[in-house]
Amino acid sequence: MQVKGDNYNVWYDKNNGAVNFNGALRLTGMQDYAPILQLLNEIASKEPANIVLNLQSLEFLNSSGISMLSKFVIGMRKKKSIQMKILGSNNIPWQGKSLKNLQRLMPGLTLDLQ
Amino acid sequence: MIQIFGNFLENLFNKDNLEKTQVFGDFVERPQQEEHLTLGFSPSAIPIRKRWRNNGLSADYLANYLATFFPIKVDEPDGIDKLAEMKSAVSYIANELLENSMKYSDKTALYPITLHTQLDSDKIRLFVDNSILPAQAENFKTFIHELINSDPDELFISKLEENAESENTSSSGLGFLTMINDYSAKLGWKFDTVGQDSPVMTVTTMVELAV
Repeated sequence: MQVKGDNYNVWYDKNNGAVNFNGALRLTGMQDYAPILQLLNEIASKEPANIVLNLQSLEFLNSSGISMLSKFVIGMRKKKSIQMKILGSNNIPWQGKSLKNLQRLMPGLTLDLQ
Repeated sequence: MIQIFGNFLENLFNKDNLEKTQVFGDFVERPQQEEHLTLGFSPSAIPIRKRWRNNGLSADYLANYLATFFPIKVDEPDGIDKLAEMKSAVSYIANELLENSMKYSDKTALYPITLHTQLDSDKIRLFVDNSILPAQAENFKTFIHELINSDPDELFISKLEENAESENTSSSGLGFLTMINDYSAKLGWKFDTVGQDSPVMTVTTMVELAV
């Protein structure tokens, strides 16, 4: 499973249960983010034990993208059997500033900034 | 009698002017004497989708350009980290401002979008100026009112929850809320009209960041 564009690539690695985000996501709005949200929801619908969102190579995310991730995380609160983890990077400044909001939406979420 | 009538007209004119210009939040006018840079765009020239990729390019360019003037030395402790953080903040904010202006400007108005930035000794100010449809301006003012009169942190979380419930939301003001909550930015707005006889409305959004 993969969603790819000019400057970004989002794909699911079945082996470690991680959704990897690469590049810069600056799509125009929620409609354009729908394929990525759909990919995430599809993975969640299979009720795996863990889902990891690996954002360590995501250099940029606009507010529509933050809104999309928030929407997914809020939906995941209902799926209590799935352990959610977000893997980020301390070298990408936006992640230190904005990812903590996802944890506020879902206190059970593990946020790992490396 | 003529004098009184003259005064009456003058008052009416001034009142009219005051009513046309409205300022909200921490808006400051832009003095030109400091180091500054202005980029201009013509919103009706090419379709928004084609133009979209340039928002990121312009925002990154602006951030890199300003970095030369940041009062941060790369050899001071954490200097490189601070510089990267500042560049990232400017790039994020400039991109959001451009995205908003491209989405909400009045395409029929033939009024340019300008992104202006200036550096003070300890702060950066970004200004984006664009036309706006009167109905959009009213929605925008309602949101600004909500923003000014609530705790931005609580409003941010409640907007995220609201967004998650709705199928399709595009104008939730999340960009502004992230600027305030995640980047400690100060925001201000000025609504105006292009000229005495022109129906075209404009809005200037100002974002101030401490360096």
